[in-house]
Amino acid sequence: MTQHDLLEVRDLYKYFPIHQSILDMLRRKPPNYVKAVDGVSFSLARGEVLAIVGESGCGKTTIARTLIGLEEQTDGEILFQGECVGAQERRLRAGLAPLESAGTVGTREHLALPRIALKRLRQQAQMIFQDPYESLNPRSTIFEIVAEPLVVHGLSRSRGERAARVKKALEDAGLRPAEDFSMRYPHELSGGQRQRVVIAGAMVLQPELLIADEPVSMLDVSIRAEILNLLNDLRRQSGVSIVFITHDLGTVGFFADRLAVMYLGRIVESGPVKEVVANPSHPYTKALLSVVPVPNPRLRRERVILQGETPNAADVPNGCRFHPRCPVVMEKCKETDPEYKTVGDGHQAACWLI
Amino acid sequence: MNERWILFKRNVTDFWRTFRRNKLGLIGAVLVLSAVLVAVFAPAFSPYKPTDVIRDENGRGLTFAPPSVHGPLGTDDAGRDVWTQLVYGARISIMVGFLAGFIAMFIGSLFGITAGYYGGSVDTLLMRITDILLVIPDLPLMLVLVATMRQMDLHISPLIVLVIVIGLLYWTSTARLIRSQVLTIKERQFVARARAIGAGHAHIIRKHILPQIMPLIVANTVLILSTAILVESGLAFLGLGDPTQPSWGTMLNFAFDRSAITNGAWWFYLPPGFAIVWVTLGCVLLGNVLEEMLNPRLTEHHLEGEQHMVSLPDAQSLSGSGSEAVS
Amino acid sequence: MSEQPILSVRNLNTEFVLQEGKVARALEDVSFDICPGQTIGLVGESGCGKTTTLMSVMRLLPSSGRITNGNIRFKNINLLGLSERQMRDYRWKEMSIIFQGAMNALNPVMTVGDQIREPILLHGLMDREKADARVDELLDLVGIPHARRDQYPHQYSGGMRQRAMIAMALACKPSLLFADEPTTALDVMVQAQVLELLKEIQERLKLAIVLVTHDLGVVAEVCDSVVVMYGGKVAEYGSSDDIYNRPQHPYTQRLLASFPDLNRPGESLASIPGTPPRLTQLPPGCRFAPRCHKVIEKCQQATPPILEVETEHYAACHLCQGTEARFQ
Repeated sequence: MTQHDLLEVRDLYKYFPIHQSILDMLRRKPPNYVKAVDGVSFSLARGEVLAIVGESGCGKTTIARTLIGLEEQTDGEILFQGECVGAQERRLRAGLAPLESAGTVGTREHLALPRIALKRLRQQAQMIFQDPYESLNPRSTIFEIVAEPLVVHGLSRSRGERAARVKKALEDAGLRPAEDFSMRYPHELSGGQRQRVVIAGAMVLQPELLIADEPVSMLDVSIRAEILNLLNDLRRQSGVSIVFITHDLGTVGFFADRLAVMYLGRIVESGPVKEVVANPSHPYTKALLSVVPVPNPRLRRERVILQGETPNAADVPNGCRFHPRCPVVMEKCKETDPEYKTVGDGHQAACWLI
Repeated sequence: MNERWILFKRNVTDFWRTFRRNKLGLIGAVLVLSAVLVAVFAPAFSPYKPTDVIRDENGRGLTFAPPSVHGPLGTDDAGRDVWTQLVYGARISIMVGFLAGFIAMFIGSLFGITAGYYGGSVDTLLMRITDILLVIPDLPLMLVLVATMRQMDLHISPLIVLVIVIGLLYWTSTARLIRSQVLTIKERQFVARARAIGAGHAHIIRKHILPQIMPLIVANTVLILSTAILVESGLAFLGLGDPTQPSWGTMLNFAFDRSAITNGAWWFYLPPGFAIVWVTLGCVLLGNVLEEMLNPRLTEHHLEGEQHMVSLPDAQSLSGSGSEAVS
Repeated sequence: MSEQPILSVRNLNTEFVLQEGKVARALEDVSFDICPGQTIGLVGESGCGKTTTLMSVMRLLPSSGRITNGNIRFKNINLLGLSERQMRDYRWKEMSIIFQGAMNALNPVMTVGDQIREPILLHGLMDREKADARVDELLDLVGIPHARRDQYPHQYSGGMRQRAMIAMALACKPSLLFADEPTTALDVMVQAQVLELLKEIQERLKLAIVLVTHDLGVVAEVCDSVVVMYGGKVAEYGSSDDIYNRPQHPYTQRLLASFPDLNRPGESLASIPGTPPRLTQLPPGCRFAPRCHKVIEKCQQATPPILEVETEHYAACHLCQGTEARFQ
């Protein structure tokens, strides 16, 4: 077990079929897909923090939802502690051949999920959502919210034990003393406190993996710092691995170990944060880094502002998917998709210029 | 247990505090409660039985006696006391209305939640059934149903027949309303969070969906009650009530049949009419106010916080819990 | 600031009357200046009074709000002395506003072109034909292709909608533009595009811009001077360079230290414990005292005056040295 990475994702695909009109069906038009995640592979070691960065619509949230089991992947493997969870495993168990060509990707499959494997994954992997105002049930008390994972998984059945675990989780999340909070409702707390409750609810099961989907983007600057510090502390204390999803490169440098930059459903560059920040290889990463606001007017610099917006994921350009917006585009880019090339130690990028 | 009790008490006091401020709601509650009290303690409000015939000193039945002769509301064509009939009729009207209303609410909630939560083909199927029921004209359908059920010789009281028919036909609007609410709640993040935790459907419906729509169900039940009472009165007026247990509708039916109107016996037909208006108006007022109050509160957003501060000074957000945790 | 300021706000006080007659003092003694062609940033956490300041200057406060004291001079005219009818002429023609949520601020059943034209016709500035030409001109200015003129807001992406909002705001050639969190809901790249656009337009039209935001990075990127607000008061006011490189108020210092900097990874971030005060329960003395890391006894008792710590750099803190500020 130990030689495995905690999480390994191989060739993950998630296509959402686009609703067809009856006319289209009659014309036998081939179904169209939104290719939210289009072949993504990465791995996460124990205790590591991986940041997935990209603009909205690049598929980063879909990855999070797929990892946690809120969506089923169209194809690809998710290995948690060396064991498969998800569609591929189900296909194998059902005696079906693995999906290969993109043509078959997206066929509807609703084979019964191996509930136990998924439930175990959910116990060991927890998610923190973006909006602390939305992710708490307004009619539950803080105690009920934090205790919910224990109830769902039938853990700590005795009242005293459950109360103790909730208290510890709340206090670890910086809500001290826990008694002051447990009988309150979410609307009585501030945004920062709500996000702490979300974190307490995620940590109460002592998971190995935490998936944080933009955990601070809805918060005020001063509170943002508190929550980032809290996540950093939790990670040091409990050794939890974190997949940190954000559009804000600024927060990434703060505590991620590795960085994966996504564009239109695919990772275009990945590597250790320091390495990628100091030595970005992909033109998209360069542009993203250049527009991160720096809180000092003396450090205003030349910015690479990409024109236009991320294309629709239903209509991915041919060749390198970044070429229509790339400032250094070549003829070759329009025809063939570049492969990953190693730039440095653990640092990879997919661009013809490397 | 103790903490739960405190929490419950706090919720109730909070509710009462907001409710108290609303004049219309209070009026509605008084109207409905007074009618229910009269129905429950009917014998205390009248010395007679509804079947008792009032006789004058000669032993002859007092027919169509105006209120000035026999108080407070005179007598009907058979010399029975109208006030007594009205008081006992409240029992029947309110009971039929409430039972039918609750049945409708139950079916409506069940359909609404199931359709909204599971979606897909379940949703389509349930909603098509709802649509079909919605487009068939109610009154003829009910007449046919009541008549058929009576014909079938089921040996059930005509009142129960009324309850079943009204209950089975008036859930459609509720189902649609609740379905649309569930559809929005289902997409909210705390439901996604519950799913991410690993919660099953039953848990999510019980812990996350139901508490959110409960207020809506409560408010809607009160509104449905008024409809049920009205419909019951209508059917009873058409002669489909139980003549041995007269409701307000049946009273109207009698009044109409026995030419109370041509006789100018206004004390016979006006009181039941007023009684029906009394209860339905109460239900509507109360229901509207409850709906307004209990509607899922708009969640405030951090970037809107300021505007909230400006435009809707909410007592809770401004002066509520002051103590802040310092990390 | 040798130039004559186009807008100067002096000791602006605004309150809101809440339920049960409680009064929330939303703004207290807010003062700042802005010259043509300049950008000033109003920064602070939610509820610090940034938006209220904008609404007070535009005189668009909700009915529960009122300006109790102060002076707002726009092109040497006291805006507070104008009647509502006169004020209406100023809005949009002289000063216009870009709202935060572009989707909510645009009418979903009207084409974007019509919406941009609306204020021009409303103010009776020109006839229909000329107005149409003006719309095309504006679309060019903000970089929306003419072909998209007859589309509806829902066919626009977030960035394009924000561009349409800017075009609308510029329709009547105002000399002052308020931007209320113009980039908050946008991605970094689109945010950069919008900011770039604002800068470009500013240079071309010599526009004065008041930018309201909670994002210190955005302010550093585009503003010439900054007003840091806390609990309805000005905490610090000065040029961007002063504020970012020589912050005097502990709040500004902490706010800057809590900003994660990509170039200094791994450092623990400073945080400000607690939350901003509720406007109905303001602490006595300095409003920041309960959360301040440098708090001294005096802070709990006396409200600090606004001090001029350097030339045209003001801070309201007992720990600062300087002469009491005198705004002309």
